[in-house]
Amino acid sequence: MTEQGTTHVIEVTINGRLYSRTVEARQLLVHFLRDTLDLTGTHIGCDTGSCGACSIILNGKLVKSCMMLAPQADGAVIETVEGLANDGELNPLQESFSRNHGLQCGYCTPGMLMAGTYLLRENPNPTEEEIRRGIKGNICRCTGYVNIVRSIMDVAGGHGSEQADGIVGEEQR
Amino acid sequence: MSATSRSKAATRERVESWTGKSVPRKEDGRLVQGEGSFIDDLGMHGQGYAWFVRSPYAHARIVSVDPSAALALEGVYAVLTGEEAREMCVVPFFQIAPGDGARIEEWPLAVDKVRYQGDAVAVVLADSRDTARDAAELVEVEYEPLAVVVDGVEAVEHAAPVLHEKAGTNVAWHGVYDYGDIDFALEHADHVIKIDRLHFHRFSSTPLECNGAVVDWDKGSGVIDVKSNIQMPMFAAMVIGPSLGVAMNKFSFSSRDIGGAFGNKIAFYPQIAALALLSKKAGRPAKWTEYRTEHMLSSTHGNERTFLDIEVPVMADGTILGVKARAVDDVGAYLHYEPLGAVIWSQVLTGCYKFKNVKIDFTTALTNKCPVAPNRGYSRMQQLWMLERVIDIVAHELDFDPVALRKLNFVQPEDYPYQTPNGCVYDSGNLPLSLDMALELADVDTWRRRQSEMGTGTGKRIGIGIGSTLDSGTNNFGQARIVNPDLPFSGNGEAAFAKLDLYGEVNINLGTTPQGQSHETTSAQVAADILNMSPNDVTVTIGFDQSHNSFVGFSGTYASQFAVTGLGAVMGATAKLRDEILEVGAFALGAPKDDLELRDGACLVKGDPSRSIPFIGIANLIYTNNAVLPSELSSKIDLNCRYVYVPPFEVPDVERKMGNLTLTYASQIHVCVVEVDEETGVVEILSYVAVDDCGKRINPQIVEGQVHGAVGLGIGAALYEAFEYDEDGQLQEPSFYEYHAGTAMDIPDIRTGNIESPSPFTPNGAKGMGEGGGAAVHTICSALQDALGKDGAVVFDSHNPWERVYQLLQSSQGDEPRGVRVISREGGAA
Repeated sequence: MTEQGTTHVIEVTINGRLYSRTVEARQLLVHFLRDTLDLTGTHIGCDTGSCGACSIILNGKLVKSCMMLAPQADGAVIETVEGLANDGELNPLQESFSRNHGLQCGYCTPGMLMAGTYLLRENPNPTEEEIRRGIKGNICRCTGYVNIVRSIMDVAGGHGSEQADGIVGEEQR
Repeated sequence: MSATSRSKAATRERVESWTGKSVPRKEDGRLVQGEGSFIDDLGMHGQGYAWFVRSPYAHARIVSVDPSAALALEGVYAVLTGEEAREMCVVPFFQIAPGDGARIEEWPLAVDKVRYQGDAVAVVLADSRDTARDAAELVEVEYEPLAVVVDGVEAVEHAAPVLHEKAGTNVAWHGVYDYGDIDFALEHADHVIKIDRLHFHRFSSTPLECNGAVVDWDKGSGVIDVKSNIQMPMFAAMVIGPSLGVAMNKFSFSSRDIGGAFGNKIAFYPQIAALALLSKKAGRPAKWTEYRTEHMLSSTHGNERTFLDIEVPVMADGTILGVKARAVDDVGAYLHYEPLGAVIWSQVLTGCYKFKNVKIDFTTALTNKCPVAPNRGYSRMQQLWMLERVIDIVAHELDFDPVALRKLNFVQPEDYPYQTPNGCVYDSGNLPLSLDMALELADVDTWRRRQSEMGTGTGKRIGIGIGSTLDSGTNNFGQARIVNPDLPFSGNGEAAFAKLDLYGEVNINLGTTPQGQSHETTSAQVAADILNMSPNDVTVTIGFDQSHNSFVGFSGTYASQFAVTGLGAVMGATAKLRDEILEVGAFALGAPKDDLELRDGACLVKGDPSRSIPFIGIANLIYTNNAVLPSELSSKIDLNCRYVYVPPFEVPDVERKMGNLTLTYASQIHVCVVEVDEETGVVEILSYVAVDDCGKRINPQIVEGQVHGAVGLGIGAALYEAFEYDEDGQLQEPSFYEYHAGTAMDIPDIRTGNIESPSPFTPNGAKGMGEGGGAAVHTICSALQDALGKDGAVVFDSHNPWERVYQLLQSSQGDEPRGVRVISREGGAA
């Protein structure tokens, strides 16, 4: 327990950039992202893989980064919330979360966005039920999920571009 | 198009009023890019990482604490034990309770005894989180286990083990709330309904971000810098300051983005005090990020309340005359913010109903469980749930239509402002219309038909439920005196600064600690209206910062009040700023002040836009060019305008427990339809509707989001979420594995409706809102009661997971005592 663990040199590509670091064998991937690389957009909400705040896309799969050790990610290609926008220009899903008020405190949002991104890649035209299944591993305590589901629905199948820009009111319910 | 450019597009247009519009949120741009600054994202130079050593026992004597093995570990900076912490403190934490409760001693860490599983006995500081955790496991603590009490009623009614010997009792507070003449009503009513016991269970909103703080006790200046996500920073300072022997101006509390709080982040001041002492001892900042199981064990739970011997006098036509009950509130092992819960419920003494006779015998009980503290709907939802159960049980037992019974007993639209028996004033509303709207949106007529068509033998039952809730907002802290007459508290308030910065930028600072409530957006909306400019050009500082001096003792974000206190302060400060700008403009433009107006960041002469001065010019004259001004102007105006909004309150009558305890009453009427599987007890929500009336809405989309969220938490509590202890005081749900926070598969789509009954008492007609969560607990229970049917069992608990629903279905068929009796007088129609 108290012995200093072994270390590993790992290389990972995150949002298109290659990182090479020496890590402790026991370091969680989420701590590697947040503490070692200062990519603090990926959050921690539990210790049991239950809440999804730490969701990332690793080698094309949606992964909870608190459920992997950093050395296990050696050689992986990772996408995190920091890679979604293009030089400050929000992508359609980020836009939709804002337009539909799909976030309040914003703590679950990075994980939700990654779950939504993965879902829409796998299934560009999901039903409401499929969206709910797609984000069931992500806990949100602010929104009751209503506007998160609407946010994902809104961009599914290219509906996002049809939405009027600007003020969204109750009439959109 | 980016959020920024979209919001510009949206907010560049000229509108009559930004207030009332669903403008896009200022907060979103950073939050959807992972650029928020939450507590674990913050740090200080040279910081160590803190890890608390917590008790595995619910009640035990601390025989010894030996940190030597921990200190021998490489990378460990310091270990602080409970005994050391006590020696570094001047006095224990201030207690709100009077009498016996006032003798409870709480220190930053446990001393002599631990009183719940998770009670902290020491805290370690090390060079990394992992080292700190390893070291915490090496702190050797010898415990001598003691007898445990985990039930509030047992804790006060039997020879239970006493938690705090100095108090000598587990009764932290007791009082009787008695209005009208309930005994007369019980003697003369046509019917009396007697309910043995109703139990409101223990749960919490479990914000996704846990508690956290980085605390530095700076040796040179003596200043304690506290970066944290605490919700009421100045309350925390006032509680721990005297213990640490620190003056208020030696604290520097600040916060940035907060990942949800719901009241649960009000009371972790013991941890902050321990971190301050740890920092002092180690000579470096201490960073602590609570982990989930630590949060579940030792942060905050909601109040668990048991109602006993409930008696309800009812007339033959369904008029309810009152309620009599005993209430025992289980508040856990220490008093954090408690026993304020022993009075706060009385803000909604009679709920949505206008009966006059109430007698509640209220006891605050200490148990070997996690301390409670505010949780969305704090202390009121327990009372409102009890009243809604009473209404449904009366309807069920006496065969009244639950809709008609509610409408008959509701406070009526013409009754406002309505004074309750304990002197609270309901400001405005329209409950019957809200209920009609909810029933229509839920298409209840169709569901009733389907319910009756379903019949027996299908294995499924449909239930239709109603939940009526008041969301009382803007506390009068004078109610604390009803708990303890010696407390020097009353009123409420919030502070804001509005200023023009050096180049004419408009900036607002607030004393609030938003956790998703969109204060940056709504503050900008109301300021923009006063300055006649786009909210896009109004910057609202993110988070709380004591150094901005925009705070009062009540500052924070809690208890449904921002739209009144926070925005009241913003409006007052911005109006002052507007006046100052006009005064400087009058000098600069050589025109009378009354002939000037503001538009899009400039001051101009009405009807002659060629004569104008932009805000940068106004700022220049005051900040960097003041010799050109006459001294009567430069000495009077600084473009830094502070305003404290103070709601109109008086000190309550402590003896009679009478007074206006809150300024506003938003209402929430919910209707839901559930399907219950008879074989398994599994409940599926088929339809859910929430009708909200919070007066004038500043931003309808944000209001609707709050309604959704409150419903989500309420459904979770009603069906899935509970903190339960075994007889040894071991928490059975210490992580999100066991504590099933509702997911997108559990919470259905929610239809919303809205009525606006402006408050006559607030600066903007708005009412605080956001705590209507309890409504969903009542509504689900009401629907289950309906599904159980005539002669079915009584829903006696607020928590009804499938196992309990299955039991209720089974006991419906038996002839066990149902816990409810109806006593009808001669001649009373039954």
